[in-house]
Amino acid sequence: MTDPEVEITPDEEPAPAPETLHGAVVATIRGERVLFPTREQVVDVVRALRDDGFLMCVDVTGVDYLTNPHRVLPEGIEPERFEVVANFISHTARERVRVRVQVPESDPVLPSLFELHPGTEALEREVFDMFGIRFEGHPDLTRILMPEDWHGHPLRKDYAVGQIPVQFKDAPAAR
Amino acid sequence: MTDPVTQAPPGAGVAITSEGAQEMEPRAGGVEALREMGSVLRMSEAEAALPAVEESETTIMNMGPQHPSTHGVLRLMLELDGETVLRTKPVIGYLHTGMEKTGENLTYLQGGTNVTRMDYASPIFNELVFCLATEKLLGIELPPRATWIRMLMAELNRLTSHFLFLATNGMDLGSTSMMIYGWREREEGLRLLESITGLRMNHNFIRVGGTAADLPDGWQERLTAYLDSIPQRLDEYEDLMNNQPIWRDRLQGVGVMGADEAIALGATGPILRATGYAWDLRRDMPYLAYDDVDFDVIVGSYGDSYDRYAIRLNEVRESSKILRQCIEHMPEGDYRVQDKKVTPPPRARIDESMEALIHHFKIFTEGFKVPEGEAYAAIESPRGELGCYIVSDGSATPYRMHIRGPSFVNLQTLPHMMHGGLIADGVAIISSVDPIMGEVDR
Repeated sequence: MTDPEVEITPDEEPAPAPETLHGAVVATIRGERVLFPTREQVVDVVRALRDDGFLMCVDVTGVDYLTNPHRVLPEGIEPERFEVVANFISHTARERVRVRVQVPESDPVLPSLFELHPGTEALEREVFDMFGIRFEGHPDLTRILMPEDWHGHPLRKDYAVGQIPVQFKDAPAAR
Repeated sequence: MTDPVTQAPPGAGVAITSEGAQEMEPRAGGVEALREMGSVLRMSEAEAALPAVEESETTIMNMGPQHPSTHGVLRLMLELDGETVLRTKPVIGYLHTGMEKTGENLTYLQGGTNVTRMDYASPIFNELVFCLATEKLLGIELPPRATWIRMLMAELNRLTSHFLFLATNGMDLGSTSMMIYGWREREEGLRLLESITGLRMNHNFIRVGGTAADLPDGWQERLTAYLDSIPQRLDEYEDLMNNQPIWRDRLQGVGVMGADEAIALGATGPILRATGYAWDLRRDMPYLAYDDVDFDVIVGSYGDSYDRYAIRLNEVRESSKILRQCIEHMPEGDYRVQDKKVTPPPRARIDESMEALIHHFKIFTEGFKVPEGEAYAAIESPRGELGCYIVSDGSATPYRMHIRGPSFVNLQTLPHMMHGGLIADGVAIISSVDPIMGEVDR
């Protein structure tokens, strides 16, 4: 067993200023470059990335960290309940970069990337449908996978699995 | 007004396709036009259900979800002017079963059975990308034989998937014989997959840490016999289809898309390669052992439906080439990693070792724990970039499991390719995009 004090020492050293790219904090997670812009920065960062050659937005998705708030984030990034994660690819440099944006539960709104990458239309609709995160400037922010009159956002962690009531005669009440 | 290319009055030289300049020009406007042109119909179902305005010149028509040429349950809301398609809205979700939510409640061992049902025409790829993402989180290195078995399975699955495309593409365009031929070759491939995994589809053969089993005895002979039969069959297809005037007329110049448009819309796979843009993850961002095999990336030049058909046809040849190299270079050794925490012990060990019994029991009841973090893995599926994003909170089930389905993103190209064409062209275009609705809706 190592002495607990010894393990703490590296953390107490003054941390170097976090590395940034286009004004957003950069971290390397398992060999993948990840950017952490704020909501205000995100459109400018993605535009700068596009100018750098990251021409294609491959994927946009969301994560609900309701039951896992103490995840590891770089210095200076305040964890919020939601995260919107976008993956970009540069064909010339053969590189990928991931952008993670913190979205608070009280105001789940994010500027849309539609103007920069028209291909995010369906992906952002899916995030809206599944997490209830709204994208400002999206041309048609409606449900895509669930029926139009559906209530709730299924991939949120407080949305239980198996909510459709099933009735069995003479069965004891639900758990 | 005369046509600038042929110097003929409009409409006069339409039928004579062998005269004049044959090069297709990119659509005017490029990427900017995607936002301006209005190919995408943005109208809710409630609006569409309202009675039509009397003086409206256009008609809203639904195609699908039970239309035979929509490959399952794709529904297209079409705005028509006569028979010309103006705007299109793909309506999806009829097959949505919440597989990403289900994935959050299954362990990493059970996850394979879930993801394999997404793109049911290429199940091996779904399992593969899920396992690659998990292995990235675990940080384990696979034995070479496991990697090569995976590559062999993936390419075999690519063959069956592309044969399915060739069959359905022929069927959609009225070539029943092509349907029968494509299905015949696909079934032979599936029989081979069945002899290795035990199932025709939904194999759950690729597991975290390797594969479920080693290759059976005599696989080389069976695979070689299958590969030997393919070139002759492909030549037959080419004789049957490529020079047939009906086939060419139905596909050439139909659903044209430029490279910049495809990139802006996030389209990958044969749709992107048909535009002349050589991008294949197997070559450009190699995974497994694709670095060690020799194959070509097939690209088109016009970005039309014919190119998308021809690319898939020729990718069958390239995949056969890779499969032959797999037979030749298949290394000896373990087919799964020897890590007791990830790989269940062999059956024989359970009878003699208490520890093996405990490990076996723990892996199959509570699963193995995966370190906290996130990982994105991507592979080249027959339809394009198939990605898997996993967030782990350190437990035995993924905290979030997201699949980036290529069909889901590729569907966005439909309104742009169908704009200005006829409904019958729409059928050819849907077919050439080759969407698998299980993956679109997940």
